[in-house]
Amino acid sequence: MFEQNPQLIDHFLHPRNVGKMENPDGLGHVGNPMCGDVMDLYIRVKDNKIIEAKFQTYGCAAAVASTSVLTELIIGKTIEEALEISHKKILDVLGQVPANKNHCTFLAEQALKLAIEDFQKKQK
Amino acid sequence: MRRIYLDYAATTPIDPRVLKTMTPYLRSVFGNPSSLHYEGIQAKNAIEQARQKVAQLIAAKPEEIIFTSGGTESNNFALKGIFYQFPRGEYQIITSSIEHHAILEPCKFLESLGCKVIYLPVDKDGLVNPEDVRKNLTSQTILVSIMHANNEMGAIQPIEEIGKIISEFKQKNNKSYPYFHTDAVQTAGHLPINVNDLGVDLLSMSAHKLYGPKGIGALYLKKGVKIKPFMHGGEQENNLRASTENVPAIVGFGKAAELAKENLEKEMKYLTGLRDDLINQLLNKIKNSQLNGHSVKRLPNNINVSIGGIEGEAMLVSLDLKGIACSTGSACSSNILKPSHVMMALGLEPEIAHGSLRFTLGRFTRKSEIDLTVKNLLPIVERLRKISPLKVI
Ligand SMILES: Cc1ncc(COP(=O)(O)O)c(C=O)c1O
Ligand code: FES
Repeated sequence: MFEQNPQLIDHFLHPRNVGKMENPDGLGHVGNPMCGDVMDLYIRVKDNKIIEAKFQTYGCAAAVASTSVLTELIIGKTIEEALEISHKKILDVLGQVPANKNHCTFLAEQALKLAIEDFQKKQK
Repeated sequence: MRRIYLDYAATTPIDPRVLKTMTPYLRSVFGNPSSLHYEGIQAKNAIEQARQKVAQLIAAKPEEIIFTSGGTESNNFALKGIFYQFPRGEYQIITSSIEHHAILEPCKFLESLGCKVIYLPVDKDGLVNPEDVRKNLTSQTILVSIMHANNEMGAIQPIEEIGKIISEFKQKNNKSYPYFHTDAVQTAGHLPINVNDLGVDLLSMSAHKLYGPKGIGALYLKKGVKIKPFMHGGEQENNLRASTENVPAIVGFGKAAELAKENLEKEMKYLTGLRDDLINQLLNKIKNSQLNGHSVKRLPNNINVSIGGIEGEAMLVSLDLKGIACSTGSACSSNILKPSHVMMALGLEPEIAHGSLRFTLGRFTRKSEIDLTVKNLLPIVERLRKISPLKVI
């Protein structure tokens, strides 16, 4: 199915930053098992910069790859810079995905937004 | 990479012997079966021979076989053709919740025309309860359509028992209907079928599920049962299905039916052995896994397991990259984010339904391929479970 897209295969077979994080500064949880996808994105923030990101995803290959790409995109970014990252950015890295897979990258974007929201809430 | 194909329920490769039989009809024997000259008669004879072989496969008479473009057309023909046969009025059709889309969608269409459709549930093993058919039969029931075996989880339905119930109902009420249809696309050529024993009036088949070509199928229509034609035009297929016959495909279907009949018992035994081997290996080696569909009343070639904590498509893609083809009942294989209706009808939790993998074996499957599949799947499960946030107990 994805044989033509080496980026996607690479991030699916060898996802970066997989795992849980103890006491994260922000957690974004999206999806539900009914829809066949659940994503947990954890971030650690220092001096307004994302210094660490981890994820766990239950979902299709594109969903796993999208979250993996997302973690690489946000590590080292300030909160403001990270908020600029949209699903389009993920697609830029991943390359072409089938049309019905666009929602998987959307989910990753949503997970990021929620993680940052969670972080900001905790700051207050 | 040498591929391992374990998706025979989706379609089968064409048997080389079938292809060989077809070739002359793609080349030199090109006549139109309706023509009165030599070329036409040659083609006509070829399709009549094929008709005989297809009829023999299900113990029917040749004149009871109508060639169609496949399983989907046969199902549409059966449902709509029977419905249209009745004058305007209030009618009811009984079917099941696990039918193929080629039954469910025509049913939805008939609902839009005012027909009432009852979708019977199945138990946790995927079986329709014949008593549910009895309870729902009314004087308005014109048709009962229950599939012979399910394409996703392989459960073989109690067609004979349902046939008896319908026949009792007809006798008691002194009526010629409800008619009884079964979608036998997954069973024709794979299980012994005798239409008289099953008690069906109509039965759908498709050649590409039994090592024949795609785009050709048949509808069995019991002698004396009236149906409205599906395609209007020429007088082919006894005025019931117009259009010049697909001669090479029909010839291929005939050969495929003949081969299937010859090898039926042997193939069933062979596949059942491989099937149970794969089921046992998977359930023993993967914790938190379960078999979907009845373990014994089951197609000889069907393995459907749910693997906890992982989504099916992720497994499918991983296996595909290792050269192994299978299928899943998870929504992510389509555009809709819902597990397949069949998996949900079993009463599975959504995440269990999403974690289903289907392996379907066939004539060319070898034991070594079963072992290689297990060997490849185990590390995939381990990897994906590491990535998954869902807990596996
Ligand atoms: C149970 C069942 N019915 C109908 C069909 C449709 O058959 P065809 O592809 O020949 O239209 C299939 C094949 O996918 C099937 O498995
Ligand atoms: S997670 Fe459902 S299609 Fe990607």
